[in-house]
Amino acid sequence: MEEGHVLSHSVQQSAAAYAIIHDKFGDAVTAFDANETMPFFEVLDTAVWPEIALFMRDNPKLKFNYMACLSGVDYQSEDKVGIVCNLESLGQLNHKIAVKVKCARTGGSIPSVAGVWHTANWHEREAYDLFGMLFSSHPDMRRILCPDDWEGHPLLKDYKVQESYHGIKVPY
Amino acid sequence: MGLLDAGITKHNVLVTSVDNVLNWARLSSLWPMGFGLACCAIEMMATNASNYDLERFGIFPRSSPRQSDLMIVAGTVTMKMAERVIRLYEQMPEPRYVLSMGSCSNCGGPYWEHGYHVLKGVDRIIPVDVYVPGCPPRPESLIGGLMKVQELIRMEQIGISRADALKKLAEKSVDPQSVIETERKVAHA
Repeated sequence: MEEGHVLSHSVQQSAAAYAIIHDKFGDAVTAFDANETMPFFEVLDTAVWPEIALFMRDNPKLKFNYMACLSGVDYQSEDKVGIVCNLESLGQLNHKIAVKVKCARTGGSIPSVAGVWHTANWHEREAYDLFGMLFSSHPDMRRILCPDDWEGHPLLKDYKVQESYHGIKVPY
Repeated sequence: MGLLDAGITKHNVLVTSVDNVLNWARLSSLWPMGFGLACCAIEMMATNASNYDLERFGIFPRSSPRQSDLMIVAGTVTMKMAERVIRLYEQMPEPRYVLSMGSCSNCGGPYWEHGYHVLKGVDRIIPVDVYVPGCPPRPESLIGGLMKVQELIRMEQIGISRADALKKLAEKSVDPQSVIETERKVAHA
């Protein structure tokens, strides 16, 4: 009970996994955020993100074999957009961790991890569709929910809906 | 006001107008197009199924727009779906009717402000005859709406436009309250 907080078992597991990643990649990742709901770290050097992903999947002490979710986030005040990847080691080591990757808000891009976890393929397309960041070397970088000729990326905080689509009025 | 209310003589002879016979035939076998767009479709399917049994009104979903008289727009119409709805409507033979079921297809419903992908009312793309409010409407409401479509067909005549028929329907609107109260009294007795 030192300093009024004790990490729960699952956060300790996440911290142990982070330590292995930090040993390997050093300054490419931030410090570990040991919060109870979603322990995470951020990838600072976005170029090594696929390498980190592959390491996390294949290292026998990590075995993050399952991407539970990949979400997009708009950090409007930082002028950035980013992704949050929830990774788990399902049926293997049973630990989990979240990884955040950010890029420039306009014209930014993040390397794709669709080759590491197939789940990322459609999730990255969704993040692109709704937030506008591109995923470099993605096998099929198209919109997934909005029509192909839709204007803008709807979940950006300053998004304004277009006046009409194919001659049909869009706003209420 | 149905055709059979006119009464049949002992010799099985019934005197009526051609309009009446045609309308009776059309309103007694309204075939809706079997498609649904969201949760309203679940309620529509429940109405079709045995508990509410739409077939007692001669209403039976068809799987082709070319065999349908009625389009029940049951659910959220997205911008992507809107163009398909127009095409399906155009493929239906005339005379055709459109019933807009639920808040989403009436006016956008809960998506009216932030639903960038939702069409704010199906009447922006196709003419709607009857609107059924609700989110989703109960089967009773849908049946009420379908009976309104039947009333509309009853108002039609050779040579009068749909707009005139709708006007006649609005003028002859029946307040259901008195009917409900009479039925209630009968039920208690």
